[in-house]
Parts: sequence; structure tokens; C-alpha cells
Amino acid sequence: MSGSDAAILLDGVAKRYANGTLAVSRVDLGIGHGDFVSLLGPSGCGKSTLLRIIAGLIPASSGTVTVSGGAGPEALGFVFQEPTLMPWATALKNVRLPLDLLGIGRGEAEARAAEALASVGLKGFEKAYPRALSGGMKMRVSIARGLVTQPRLLLMDEPFAALDEITRQRLNDDLLALWQAQKFTVVFVTHSVFESAYLSRRIIVMAPRPGRVAADLAVDAPYPRGESFRTSVEYAGHTREISAALHEALLA
Amino acid sequence: MKEPGFLGLTKDGWLRVIAPAVIGVLVLAAWEITVRVKEVPSYILPGPILIAQTLVADWPSLAVSLGITLEITFAALVAAAVLGLLLAILFAQSRLIEISLFPYAVILQVTPIVAIAPLIIIWVDDVRLVLLICAWIVAFFPILSNTTLGLNSADHNLLDLFRLYRASRWQVLWRLRLPSAMPYFLAGLRIAGGLALIGAIVAEFVAGTGGRASGLAYRILEAGYQLKIPRMFAALVLVSLTGIAIFLVLSLVSHLLLRSWHESALKRDGQ
Repeated sequence: MSGSDAAILLDGVAKRYANGTLAVSRVDLGIGHGDFVSLLGPSGCGKSTLLRIIAGLIPASSGTVTVSGGAGPEALGFVFQEPTLMPWATALKNVRLPLDLLGIGRGEAEARAAEALASVGLKGFEKAYPRALSGGMKMRVSIARGLVTQPRLLLMDEPFAALDEITRQRLNDDLLALWQAQKFTVVFVTHSVFESAYLSRRIIVMAPRPGRVAADLAVDAPYPRGESFRTSVEYAGHTREISAALHEALLA
Repeated sequence: MKEPGFLGLTKDGWLRVIAPAVIGVLVLAAWEITVRVKEVPSYILPGPILIAQTLVADWPSLAVSLGITLEITFAALVAAAVLGLLLAILFAQSRLIEISLFPYAVILQVTPIVAIAPLIIIWVDDVRLVLLICAWIVAFFPILSNTTLGLNSADHNLLDLFRLYRASRWQVLWRLRLPSAMPYFLAGLRIAGGLALIGAIVAEFVAGTGGRASGLAYRILEAGYQLKIPRMFAALVLVSLTGIAIFLVLSLVSHLLLRSWHESALKRDGQ
């Protein structure tokens, strides 16, 4: 991939924590506009660290990170592993938060937040407090908050890891629908082979100690992907290939 | 599931009211009977009926003292809440300020108020102001330490999120740290309410020189000197009732402010 059409370009990015641990060692990676890329690997492989470096939450120790498509904070959405909602605020106010912080007027913010909530299937839950929502619904609110600024890039840090299988599959489908409709770039951190194969167009398999890229695989099945893809031979083939790459990465 | 209630209280709710009430009545009855059977003189231990009669008979003078004690307690609590909150916010702004000042707040807290009160009496002429300062010193620390803890326990991921959207320090404080600290502040306020009353009473005991500011503590002292033990008990009852009332009011305030979102205000089935 050439540098000009990349949404994210990592050039020799490494991260050494203050305690001396080398979390990420020399990652070179380009991610194209509108792509859906998974960072897959076991815990300790530096995938969350890499995501936070891309988000600008932690600085890289060396190397350069280029995120194109505007440096403004509205160009980026981040979804954490936990829903990370403010318990004292309603669903609508939680989704409105990024707009409030960016200084967007109350009326417009309210309308856009309501729209974002509706887009994740939570119309009618505007006034609900987080504690009244199920785990899946909280995660939906969290995704709506990540998308409310209409970002060019959505970073997701194992967002569905704590959910049950059925909820997770529904959220996977809904996320893909949002991605196809809004055409943002997704970097999705996961430790699930099946989830990464179902969602992504490209999978970066990472190896631990020190965190590094072990394999770069493509899943070239067309979208929309649905139940038929999940049960197809093609899908099984991809998961086998990814599992093998992951296994190799762990042995190396 | 909600059981059909009687007068707005469920079966469990009634149990919570009736069980302690029965114990109370039994203890008071045993007390009254013991005093009568053993013919204990009222200057040693008056019975509850005599105490109640004294409370009614001496109400005019006791009510004035109650008013003064309440006034001092309330003023001290408000001052403690405002200053505790402001200082905690200051601490949250800078680690340097926190580590420089916090030890002194601790020193103020651990030094017994009875030991400081005489100094304050020397320095400050107005007796009421002395009482207010003493009550404030005692009440202020739990608010400061609780609120400081609360301001620092905002969710780290939420802090990251605020950082992502380049939130100003003020936005982080107002939208994230203060709401996070709210339950802690209110818990501190509940403790401080009781302490403010204790501070006001203790300081008055030390100040001792009644006449000008005669709160309930002075009434207790005075009744003690005069061997009017029933009156002493009546004043004591008022102090206890005041403490209970403060606790209940602050618990209610806390519940009303937190009920829509905080776990502590959440009622679950089967509990």
C-alpha cells in the first residue's frame, strides 16, 4: 500500500513502557481508507497498546504514526472493551458527550445524538440510565457515542468480548451494517478468530513478547455477510487459515 | 415483585419500623419499672416518664438552646461542605498542592478538638464563632478526604475519552470528576453532619462559660451543677434526636440525588 491512500500509516512504531517492557516492537503497517481491519492476537501481544497509539492516547517510543483525514478529534471514534458510560447520565446524554465536548450547540447535538442512538437500534431508550440497560444495549450506546461525530476512523478495543455469543453475533451484524452505510475505516482489536474472520476484510495476526506483526491475511468474501457466510465452507476455510497463523505466531 | 402494602409500607417495611420500636418500648418499660421498684432517687437516675415530663415542662428554655445548637451545627456543616469541596477540587487540580496541604488537614483532624478548643477560645472573642470554628474543624475532614477520593476515582477509560475529544480541564472537572465524586461527597456529608453536632457540643463543654451562647451542652452542664438530673437527661434526649434527625435528612438528600443512577440507591428483588 502506498502512503498517500492510507488512512493510517505506522512506520517503525515501537512502544517500551517505563518499566522496561517492550510492548510493541517495530510495527510497519498501512491501513486503507474504508477498510475493516482486525488486530488479532493473544493477550500481551500489544494489540490494545497499538490501538491506543493510533488513537493518540499514548505516545509511541519510536517510529511515526500518520492518521490522515483530518487531525480534529471529531474524525476519530473510540469504543472501549467496557461500555464506559457515565452512570449519572441518560443514554442520550452519554451519546451527546463528544458533541458537547466539541462545543456543538445543544439543539444540534441533541438531534445528532438521537439519530446515532436510533442507528444502533435504541430509539425510545433516550431517557434510560445505563443501569437500566442490558450489556448489549450499553455497548450499543457506546458505539453510538463513538459514531456520533461521524468519524472517518473507528477504533474498537475488544468491544464485544464481555458479551454472550448471541448478543455478540447480532452486534457484529449491526456493526457491519453501520460500516457499510457510513463507510468509515475500522480497526478492530479482538482475540476471537471467528469474530475477526466474520467481520474483517483484513486480519493482522500479532505475536507476543515483544508485540509484533506475525501475519497479514485477507478475507476476500463479499459484503454483506450474513448467516449464510457464517455457515459456509469458505468461512470455515478462513478460520482454519487464521487459526494456523495464530498458532504459528505463538510458537515462533 | 412488590407486595401489597399497608399504608404505603410493605411487610418488610413495617417489620423494620415495628421491630426496633418494640425493643425501644421494652427497654423504656424495664427502665421505668426498675427505677420505681428499686426507688432510685431521680438525682441518680430519673425514669423515662419523668424525663418526658421535664422535657415538656422545660421546653421553652430547652427550645432556645436547641435552636442555638442547631444553628451552629448547620452553619458548621455548610462551611465544612463548601470549604471541603473547594479544597478537594483544588487538590484534584494539582498533585503538588495535594501532597503539600493534605498532611496539615490530617493534623487538624487527628488533634483532639478538646485540646484545640481552649486556644480558639483565647483567640476568638465571640463564643458562637468559637463553637462554629470547633464544629467546622471536626466536620470538615471527612468531606475533604471523601471528595478528594471521589474526584480521583473517575473512570480511567472515561478520562481517556475526554482526552480524545480534547476536553478542557474545566470540562473534565465539571462533566466527569464532580459527578464521579458526588456519592463520595454525600457519604462524607453524612458523617460530617453527626460530627458537626458533636463538635458544637464538645466545644461548648470546653467553653463552659454559658450565658451568652447557651446551647444544649450548656444546659446539660448547668443541670449537672444544679443536680437537676431529669433536665440533664431531657437535654441529652434532644441532642440524640438532633443527631438522628441530621442523619435522616442527609440520608434522604443523598438518596434523592443518587436514586436515578447510583448503585447504592438501587433496590433489588429478594433483598
